[in-house]
Order: sequence, then C-alpha cells, then structure tokens
Amino acid sequence: MKRSGQRRWYPPVLAMAALVLLPLSVLLLSWQSIDVAIWEHLWATQLPRLLGNTLTLLVGVGVGVTVLGVSLAWLTSLCQFPGRRWLDWALMLPFAIPAYVLAFVFVGLLDFAGPLQTVLREWLGNGLRLPRVRSTGGVITVLVLVFYPYVYLLARTAFLAQGRGLMEAARVLGQSPWQAFWRVALPMARPAIGAGVALAMMETLADFGAVAVFNFDTFTTAIYKTWYGFFSLASAAQLASLLLVAVVLVLYGERRARGAAHAGSERARGQLRYQLRGWKAFAASLWCGLVLVCAFVVPVLQLLAWCWQRGRFDLDERYLGLILHTLYLGTLAALLTVTLALVLAFARRLAPTPFIGAGVGLANLGYALPGSVLAVAIMLAFSYLDKALVIPLAGRPLLLGSLAALVLAYVVRFMAVAYGPLESSLAKIRPSLPEASRSLGVGGPQLFFRVYLPLLVPGVLSAALLVFVDVLKEMPATLLMRPFGWDTLAVRVFEMTSEGEWARASLPALTLVLVGLLPVIGLIRRSARRIGQSQ
Amino acid sequence: MRFSTICPSFDPGLLSMLATKRILTALALTLFANEARAADEVVVYSSRIDELIKPVFDAYTAKTGVPIKFITDKEAPLMQRIKAEGEHATADLLLTVDAGNLWQAEQMGILQPIRSSVIDANIPAQYRAASHDWTGLSLRARTIVYSTERVKPQELSTYEALADKQWEGRLCLRTAKKVYNQSLTATLIETHGAAQTETILKGWVNNLSTDVFSDDIAVLQAIKAGQCDVGIVNTYYYGRLHRQDPQLPIKLFWPNQGDRGVHVNLSGIGLTRHAPHPEAAKALVEWMTGAEAQKIFADTNQEFPANPHVQPSAEVAGWGSFKADTLPVEVAGKRQAEAIRLMDRAGWN
Repeated sequence: MKRSGQRRWYPPVLAMAALVLLPLSVLLLSWQSIDVAIWEHLWATQLPRLLGNTLTLLVGVGVGVTVLGVSLAWLTSLCQFPGRRWLDWALMLPFAIPAYVLAFVFVGLLDFAGPLQTVLREWLGNGLRLPRVRSTGGVITVLVLVFYPYVYLLARTAFLAQGRGLMEAARVLGQSPWQAFWRVALPMARPAIGAGVALAMMETLADFGAVAVFNFDTFTTAIYKTWYGFFSLASAAQLASLLLVAVVLVLYGERRARGAAHAGSERARGQLRYQLRGWKAFAASLWCGLVLVCAFVVPVLQLLAWCWQRGRFDLDERYLGLILHTLYLGTLAALLTVTLALVLAFARRLAPTPFIGAGVGLANLGYALPGSVLAVAIMLAFSYLDKALVIPLAGRPLLLGSLAALVLAYVVRFMAVAYGPLESSLAKIRPSLPEASRSLGVGGPQLFFRVYLPLLVPGVLSAALLVFVDVLKEMPATLLMRPFGWDTLAVRVFEMTSEGEWARASLPALTLVLVGLLPVIGLIRRSARRIGQSQ
Repeated sequence: MRFSTICPSFDPGLLSMLATKRILTALALTLFANEARAADEVVVYSSRIDELIKPVFDAYTAKTGVPIKFITDKEAPLMQRIKAEGEHATADLLLTVDAGNLWQAEQMGILQPIRSSVIDANIPAQYRAASHDWTGLSLRARTIVYSTERVKPQELSTYEALADKQWEGRLCLRTAKKVYNQSLTATLIETHGAAQTETILKGWVNNLSTDVFSDDIAVLQAIKAGQCDVGIVNTYYYGRLHRQDPQLPIKLFWPNQGDRGVHVNLSGIGLTRHAPHPEAAKALVEWMTGAEAQKIFADTNQEFPANPHVQPSAEVAGWGSFKADTLPVEVAGKRQAEAIRLMDRAGWN
C-alpha cells in the first residue's frame, strides 16, 4: 500500500526532472566534438587565472553573505535595540536591487571619474590616490551586498521558528546570549543558513552582469568569450557543463554537511528578545543601519540622482506597458514555480526513495548555470520540441517565441529558489500532525488545505517572493525568448547598459526596484504582523 | 497520500466555473498567441537597441503601411535562435553591429543573398558582403580621443604609436571582450602580421593607466577626469557625451592619415535564409539604404551614413573629414578568432 502510494509521485517528479534535463542534455550533447584549438588556447592563457578569480570570489562572497546574513538575522529576530522594528523588514529591501544594477551604481559612484572621487580631488588635490574600485574587493563587496538577503531571509525565518522555549532553556541553563547563539540557535539554523549560502554561491558562479561591469574575469567570462568571441557555442556549452559539475559538488557538500541537523520544529511563538543596552544596542543599530545604507539607501539615491539628470526624459507612455509585462511575467512564473516546487517538496517528504531524491535534485539544477547559457539551451530544447512534436501536429511551431516557453524557462531557472524555502518549512511540520489529522478522518485535499497549507503559508510566500523578484531581474532568457512586443523593465536596462548609458539605465532600474519592493514590503509586514498577533 | 492532495481541482467556492473558464481561455490565448503571420509584415531580430531602430521602422510603416515587428538581444543568441528556427523561421532580417558579427552570421549559413541593383547603387562594395548576404547601413570610426588639456594633437600620429614609451601610464582602453576592439585588432593583423601586432598590443597594455573599462563612455569619462590622456573609442560615444557636455575637454583625432587611414566599422543588415517574407524584407532593406532612411538611421546614433550620397548630420560633419581604411570590413570577421587569441596573449583583458 505504502509502496504504491510512493509510486504515485513518480510521474510529476519525472516530468519536472525531464523539463530540466532537456536543456541540460543540450549542454551534454555538445561534448560530441571538441575543438582542441580553443581548449588549448583557453588553458594556456585564460583558465588558470579565471579559476583563481572564481575561487577567490566564491570564498569571499560565501564568507561575506554568511557573516552579514546571520549576524543581521540574529540581531533583528532575537535581540531588541533601537530601530529593530523597521530594520527587520528594511534589511530585505536590497534583494530588489539586481546585481548588475548595484554593480554599475557602485562603479559609477566610486570610480576615479565618479562624483565622489572628483569632489575629493577638488578638496584634496590631484595627488589623491584611493584604492582601486574595480578590483576583487569591489566585486566581492557588491555581490555580498546583493546576495546576503538570501541568507538573511532564511536564517531569520529559522531563528524565529526556533521558538522561545529553546532560548529560555538555554538561559535557564546559564548560557549568555552569545553562548546561546553559538551553541543552540546557530546549529539549529544551519540547514536554513546552508540553503541560503548555497543560493548565493550559485548566483555568484552564474553571474555575468555584475562581474562584466567590473571587467572582473571569472569562469563565466570564459564561457561568454568562447561563445560571443569564438562563436563556438559547443565549446561554451562544454565549459558550462563543467561549471554544472562544480555546482553539483557544492550542493552535494551542502547536503552532506547538513547531515543529521534538523530544523527546529517548534511553532513560532512570541519571542522573548534579548534587550541590548548601552554600547551594544548602539553597535547593533549601527551595524544594521550601515548595511542598509550601503546596500540600499545609497544606490537608490544615486539612481534617483541619475534619473533626475538624464533618465526622466525617457519616461513615456510605454513605461506602463513595460511595468505591466514585468508584473504579469513575474506573477505567472512565481505561481507556477511555487506550485511545482510544492509538488517536489511533498514528493521528497512523502516518498523519500533514492529515485525521487535524484529527480528532485535534478529539477533544481537550472539555477546554477549562467543565465545566457541556460537560456540558449532552453531555446534549443524548445525548438527541438517544436520540430519533433508540435510541427507534425499543428503544422507550425508554437512553443518558441510564445509566452509559455518563456514562463517554462523561468520555472527551470528558478525552481531551486522556490524549492529551498518550501522544503525547509515543510521539514518543520512534524509527521505526527498529518497522522493525527488522518486519524480524525481528514485526508486528501482537505488535509492539504486545512493542515499543510496554513502551516506552509510563510514558506510559500517567501518562495513566491524570491521567484517573483528574481524573474523581474532576469535578463538573458527574457531577451532571447520574449514574444514580440513583450519588452520588460529588465530589457530596457539591458539596452541602456549595453550602450554604456548607465545614467539613463537608472529609470528602468529604479522602476524595477520599486516594482520588486512592493511584494517584499508586503511579505515582511505580514510576517511581522503574524508574530505580533501571537505575542 | 494521493497526488490529488497537492493538485486538487479548483474549488468552485473560490472561483465561479464561468470565471475560471474565461481566465483559462484568456491565459491559453496569451500563452500561445503565436498568431498566424500577416502577409506583408517584416520581422527583425536586432542587436541594435530599440531607440536606435524604432524611428526608422516607424517612418517606413507610416510611409508604406507595412508593419515591422522586432526583438532586441545580443547578436550571438539571436543568431542561434535564427539557426534553431531553421525552415520555420520567424525572422526576416538580422540587424546587427560590427562586420565581425555579420561575417559570422554568413558563416553560420543563416543568411541568404539579396540581389538588388538599388542596394548595389546605394552602398559601396567595401561595405557589403561579397556574397550579398548582408549590407552595411551606417559607419562609425573607431578612433583616438585625447584630452585637450594634457595632449597636443601634434603628439599623436597613428594607432601603432600609442604603444610608444611616451604614452606610458596615459592610455585608457575598453575591454578586449568587445567586438569593436577585436575588429580593430583584426585589421592590425591584416596590415602588420601577427608578430608585429602582438608587439603593438603589448605596448598598449603596458601603457595603460588603469584596468580596461567595460564600455567606451567610461573611457571618455576617465580622460575627462584626468585618469588618462588618450583612448580609443567609437565616434558616436564621443558624440553622445559631447552633446551632453559641449565643454567636454576631449577631442577626436584621425590617426594613420599618412598611410591606411582610420579604422571604420559598420552596422548592417542581412536577409535570413528561410525568411517568411523575403520580398517585403528586401523592399525594406532597399528603402533603408536610400536617402530618407539613411539620414534618420545615421543621425539617431550620430553615425556616418553608409550611402555616400547622404550627408552626415552637421554635428558629425563638424568632427572633420578623414581618410578611412579601405580594407574590406569582412577582414574583421575572418580574423576575429585570431585577434582574440592575440589579445589574450598580449594580456589585454
């Protein structure tokens, strides 16, 4: 009985895995012929340097997002200090800023020709020499500032979910807040933190936009050079599939490290926060405020300034269309991705067979590939489907160039983003709960709607928010697969930055940030209210 | 636990059946709204951005009533999409910049020749493919810019001379990943051979005052700010910045006037191999090489019209006349891979 129940999960998981496997197999098939000349050249002149750069970047961003994300989450969820109430949600705001936007704001503002250094030179003379802005440190800073919200959001949820019983226990046992953090809260939040760091590192590996602004060459640079320069898509796909192997190893390591750690299973009840006083409270406010200023306030102010100088002249009636397209795509993709990710998460929980595990793992791989490579692989896959299935039936291609193909591309790319939060919030529901419900005669759809869903609401909302904002920011797949007339804000940002018109890119970029902010604020306020109610 | 637990049918209490049906139909319509194509429209895939092509297309539609649909993206993905669509092509025309990219499209076999006496009469052979697979539409020079505050024009002579010791720590360049620099290097290789070109590039890299920039505008701003004294940029970037700031302390210099001339590249257009509307597309391309369109197309981006009978805008003409390199622009494509390898070896990132 139990076995057949598990088998029911095979078709949906298989279908999802196939959807991701299709573009991945495009990459793998590229190994049929190897262009030795390109590989020799890359190896001799490029790869050692690029691998070194990539590794430095990964370590830097990994350490950075962990320190920033965990410290901020700990402070805002378990301590009390001036400004905590609004910093709690404000610290999520940087998530609405795309990495490439923060990169060009950072370089535009701080580089030699930027306003800051120009003013400093006027005051202090031309001999002034500041540290280089377009440097390894600069790239790491920018990527940490845009990617820390992944860790912050997940760690914050985990800390809140640990409930006060645990902290009380720790205190009764004579632990200081610091000891309680290291010995209780942190180990229990490790799965969530690990998931957040893994997302940030996958984004870092796949990033091209931000590193291109810095002209900082990473492994993705080699991929693009091979494709756009040598016009060898096959070699680019080979490089990308190597990247994929690296990601699989990282993910496997993350799973293994998670090992026996179990997420806290207590319901979030009112938090008994540590009241910080004196210099400690001041330091906490300062630290959180500083991150917010660097990651959000300053970039938005710079965008506003550019908008006023140059961007506002581009504002016309077409912007309404851009905004609506952006919202429509984001919403549709978020709904679909979260629904499918829920199926995967339930399959993994209710049918924990190795087969399901492998299928779910596969379905989550899309996130790790550089956007452009994944986009072209999906495009080729859909084009193949059109030729093999659609044209014999319908007489003409229907998939490529349709909205459906674009939304499916988003699903493939962002499945991992939705799956992470859903899996960890599902793991917090103790199996005894559905068991008890069933013994009371509640099963089937009722069980899902009356027991699981209410408990999953925070996880579902986080997942939907992450996917929504990521879709808004997504560029390569949108560019390549959008139907005619479906320009979005990200497309406009691309067009402006591709011409080096950073100041004019401020208008679509700022609009993009504002559109992305609405759900961020909505979500955070909602979760704050829930916790407020239970107090 | 059954699968229906997760994917239940819609609760009729939540949405009335009627509304559900209507929403689903609307959704299906937008999702697969790949409507049958009109007979006389033209579809363009363009790596030139919206604001630089829409004015020309709008003018054509206003004049002839032929609607033009287009999407913009980088050239490599667009070419890949044309290749993937194959016989069931959506695009009639590929519009892109740099002869290197057009040459690649030709090599990929995604274009077909347009035989047209109108185009042949309008555009000089040097700016067209020998195979007639594509034609240039506008020209831009990739030339030297200098700070009027720190450099006298007499100090400048050729691209090659920027490798001299006197420019040490004074040169700014854009990244070698941009095709414009690859094409420039390709013409250097064609002229001097690989070994001498590598020496020149190493000289440039040695003279850099700072890491290479990600775009030409940044190069100009660095010169303005005093980070460096000379650079190499496309003329229209200078034009844009100059329009914003007429006091810009930077000027264009036309190098190599004593020998082969200034490096000129182009933006161009080609008919796709399986274009669904080849006749309408050909008519559009012919019109685009004519006086009216050339004026709009070149002026929007402060470029030189590829049609020599059309005058550039007063602003562009004000930069002075110059002798342009007469190498066929296709060299850029033929030698692109070699140029990239050479730039990599020279340490130009």
